[in-house]
Amino acid sequence: MPPNSGPPPADALNAPRSRADLFWSFTWLALQGFGGVVAVVQRELVENKRWLTREQFVEDWAVAQIMPGPNVVNLSMMIGDRHFGLSGALAALAGMLALPLLVVLALAALFVTVADQALAQCALRGMGAVAAGLVLATGIKLIGALRGNVMGPLACSLLALAAFIAIVLLRWPLLWVLASVGGLGCLWAWRCLGPPAPPNADSDHTRRP
Amino acid sequence: MSITLTPADWLALFGHFMSLSLLAVGGAMATAPDMHRYLVGTRDWLSDEQFSSAIALAQAAPGPNVLFVGLMGWNVGLNAAGGPSGGWHAYALALLGVALAMLGMLIPSGVLTYSATRWAHKNRRLRAVRAFKAGLAPIIVALLIATGWLLTAAHNQPARDWPLWLLVAASTLIVWRTRLHLLWVIGAGAVLGMLGWV
Repeated sequence: MPPNSGPPPADALNAPRSRADLFWSFTWLALQGFGGVVAVVQRELVENKRWLTREQFVEDWAVAQIMPGPNVVNLSMMIGDRHFGLSGALAALAGMLALPLLVVLALAALFVTVADQALAQCALRGMGAVAAGLVLATGIKLIGALRGNVMGPLACSLLALAAFIAIVLLRWPLLWVLASVGGLGCLWAWRCLGPPAPPNADSDHTRRP
Repeated sequence: MSITLTPADWLALFGHFMSLSLLAVGGAMATAPDMHRYLVGTRDWLSDEQFSSAIALAQAAPGPNVLFVGLMGWNVGLNAAGGPSGGWHAYALALLGVALAMLGMLIPSGVLTYSATRWAHKNRRLRAVRAFKAGLAPIIVALLIATGWLLTAAHNQPARDWPLWLLVAASTLIVWRTRLHLLWVIGAGAVLGMLGWV
């Protein structure tokens, strides 16, 4: 593989070694998540550990986002299940929640009013700005993952623009945006995908030229 | 504050979080208004200050935001024991509250998500599953950019907020173009905030 050839191809991916690996990977990931946790997830799972390609990450994130429950928690269960079944899902879920929950409870027990102190408020303001930057950067990085999308660049841009307008200008609730613009996208992708491939074709359909 | 909870009340607490679980599309925070209505309003189990500081604390601490649900249970438990001065009894009830709240919030959505994503992964070659993922991808990317935009635009006084906008732009560029560890960027934000520069 030549250097600087962008994201790794699917066969250069790694996999979690064990359930313990899942647990500690997601614990470490959760403990870095001070707002904008999606940025941490993308950086760790796609760029550092290479458990997912950028394209797989966008697809999995879409599913994690549309299902009820916290999106990072959903994603951890999906990845855990894929490699180790139910016990993998539970290991990843426990990693995501156990230690962070202890940290939050310890904070609550020790500094009941920490969130009200002026200094903490100032720090939070700065961290909030960085969190906004993290999420923006993740969005920008993932634009590249749309390049292989079956709908083509024009339809993707139009759909993304419509979603952005609905969220930022019209302030629609997420559910409406997913149902309307998302529904339209799914229908269009369905059309673009064409009739189903023959049942025993085993090539990877998601990676088209 | 001090309250009394019967076993039926504990069950109701569990049931309330179970009922909200499947509504939490886009994160548990989407159901916070209804938790407030129930826990602070209808039942009077939590004070307004406890409710908002639980949310603030969970957002400031590392980990997924859903942990604020555990803090709600923690505070209800403490209140049921007459406050933290109740010693071990109070902490035992607080932990019971945490367990009920977190399990209630996670079990229904977890079971649904687990079964649905398992099915989708097994059938990932189906045209419908592929169309679903491909069709949503551009919306998900737009959603991330819109979220960053809204977080920034919430600070909308140019004279006061321009350093904050600068910090957003700088951290966007750093995260996008470099591989600097994210904790450094977050730490820098906290320090700049404490210094009063943003």
